[in-house]
Amino acid sequence: MSVASASAPAPAPTAPRPAPRGDRLSSWRWRHRLAFLACWACGIAVCAITAAIVIYMGVRGVQYLNLDLLLHRPQAGLAQSTTGGILDPIAGTVMLTIIGIAIATPLAVVAAVWLVEYGRPAPLARAVESGIEVVAGTPDIVIAIFGLAIFQLPLFAPLSFTASGGGVFGRSFLAAGAMMSLIALPLVFGATREGLLALPTHLREASWALGKTRICTIRTVLLPQVRRQIATGSALGMGRIVGDTAVVVVLLGATLQIEPQGNVPVLSTLRGTGSTLTTYVYGNSPAGEGNAPQKAYAAAFVLLLIVLALNAAVDFIGRRGKGSS
Amino acid sequence: MLSRLREPWTDGQAERRLGAVACLVLLIIVLMVVFVAVRAWPSLHANGFVSWLGPGGNVDVQLGEMIKTGQHPPDSAYHLRAWPLVYGTLLTTGVSVIIGLTFALFSAIFIVEFAPARVRSVVVPAVRLLAAVPSVVYGLIGILVLVPAVGNHLISPGRKESVQNVVQLDGTGVLVAIVVLTVMITPIMVAIITDALRAIPTAWTEGASALGANRWEAMWTVSVRAARPAIVAAAVLACARALGEAVALSMVSGSRGFSPNPLDGLTYIFEPIRPLAASMVENVDAMNAPAVRSSIYAFALLLLLSSLVLSIGGYFAKLPMRRQGLRV
Repeated sequence: MSVASASAPAPAPTAPRPAPRGDRLSSWRWRHRLAFLACWACGIAVCAITAAIVIYMGVRGVQYLNLDLLLHRPQAGLAQSTTGGILDPIAGTVMLTIIGIAIATPLAVVAAVWLVEYGRPAPLARAVESGIEVVAGTPDIVIAIFGLAIFQLPLFAPLSFTASGGGVFGRSFLAAGAMMSLIALPLVFGATREGLLALPTHLREASWALGKTRICTIRTVLLPQVRRQIATGSALGMGRIVGDTAVVVVLLGATLQIEPQGNVPVLSTLRGTGSTLTTYVYGNSPAGEGNAPQKAYAAAFVLLLIVLALNAAVDFIGRRGKGSS
Repeated sequence: MLSRLREPWTDGQAERRLGAVACLVLLIIVLMVVFVAVRAWPSLHANGFVSWLGPGGNVDVQLGEMIKTGQHPPDSAYHLRAWPLVYGTLLTTGVSVIIGLTFALFSAIFIVEFAPARVRSVVVPAVRLLAAVPSVVYGLIGILVLVPAVGNHLISPGRKESVQNVVQLDGTGVLVAIVVLTVMITPIMVAIITDALRAIPTAWTEGASALGANRWEAMWTVSVRAARPAIVAAAVLACARALGEAVALSMVSGSRGFSPNPLDGLTYIFEPIRPLAASMVENVDAMNAPAVRSSIYAFALLLLLSSLVLSIGGYFAKLPMRRQGLRV
């Protein structure tokens, strides 16, 4: 099922096929034993790499993260002691995630419902399905560059900042959020579609037999049933948005602080530029301009915590779903 | 007007409206190709559609020159030969997909067949977590841990001196880029292959066991063989992911438009490269110059078309399994 569901939670591990009787390792050929060992080695290596990354980031994070860092805005400075905290990047991450998922979820759910419940004409349905796979496979940097081309059109000038020469800047929270929604869309779509496909047909037939229309059935019977899958998909999509860097570098300007454009309170922030944790890490790594590895470690730790929390949320939703059904 | 909206939708209306929203996706893809192609046109037109992929000159210098060419550059200002960038992309993607695929196949077999339930309940979340770690974190670990380690311990001072007139070996380069990329794309492949191996009906492997095959033989000759389309699809999708990886690679690849020469021997794996996506991210700030902008859109078009082909290829690669009624 492709990228869209690749990172979705794997179905509950079914009980493994019991080993055939008399199938002992000692009776295997050497070649097969070697392969068996290779499998174990790969499995253990996966665990080891994961553990190494999490533990290393944890140690560095605890070492460099403190409350001061979380509560202060970043400042331009030469030494690591004068560059302030990571308040703005955290706010940027939260805002961008909310905008992105708020656009992506309705679109993805509608698309999935149409595909599963109507899906006519069939060639069009197949085109939409593979279209979403294409979106899932498109590199985020290409999506970002495409977004820049779109939002620099004069038509979208109200969404961002216009330079004195009349050129549209094309970079703002709204622009970045809209493109982020494309990154989250395939995940929400995949999860919703799986949920709808798993619903037994008699649910629908019972509703139709009562004289309900299809759309009424969808709204009152089917959608409440797949709420959990939609939530799972959204959490996965949020994880993707939180972790994306390229879109932020290209479409949010990756400025140090959140810089509002204009005077209207909320709108000005949405039209303004800013940064997220990912660009903060990128900018403060030796590859960026900041070169403040301690700050980068601290921000990366916070980022990893957010991703872990979203992962845990996916698990939690999945487990609750299993318990109640 | 408003009261009309509040009326319950009839089925026909609902179908059309929902369908229209779903078709937005197709519209976005078409727009994406059109917009990127239009913006890339000046560069492609000036350089020739195929020859700009060829070697010639230093691509970093060429991009640098473009910044100075002003708002209305002549055709000659677009001069670009992007081979080092394409080479960097192909090299990192190809090698990491090959290494990652072997690794992913064995891990997936382990998860599905050999892991005891308790071990599996550790490995599966570990794979999922590895897939969820943001690329910038991989990049950070790469540049702060792997790069110094490689630069200080693996590259001997003599080796650094031998090439110091051409490139500087500081640890960033082919080796670290491939390691980081492999760790990033392997979990995706593990997830897809695991799903496919799970979808194989137990009856098939039981049949093999009944004929006297041991667990490995049943796995390798029946399940893996039946899941071959999904393995191809996994490789294809991982390729698409690796092609587009920009940030992590820009951090660890050395960011020099240099094409390492395999004839350099072992030095080869330490030499810096610069994949396409990474050079896009790094040149975003220079996009006010029309010549640079057009070149970046040309890179984007190349990546977009390749990922399009790969996505569609992945879809078709899985068709044989779907025809057998296996949901993958």
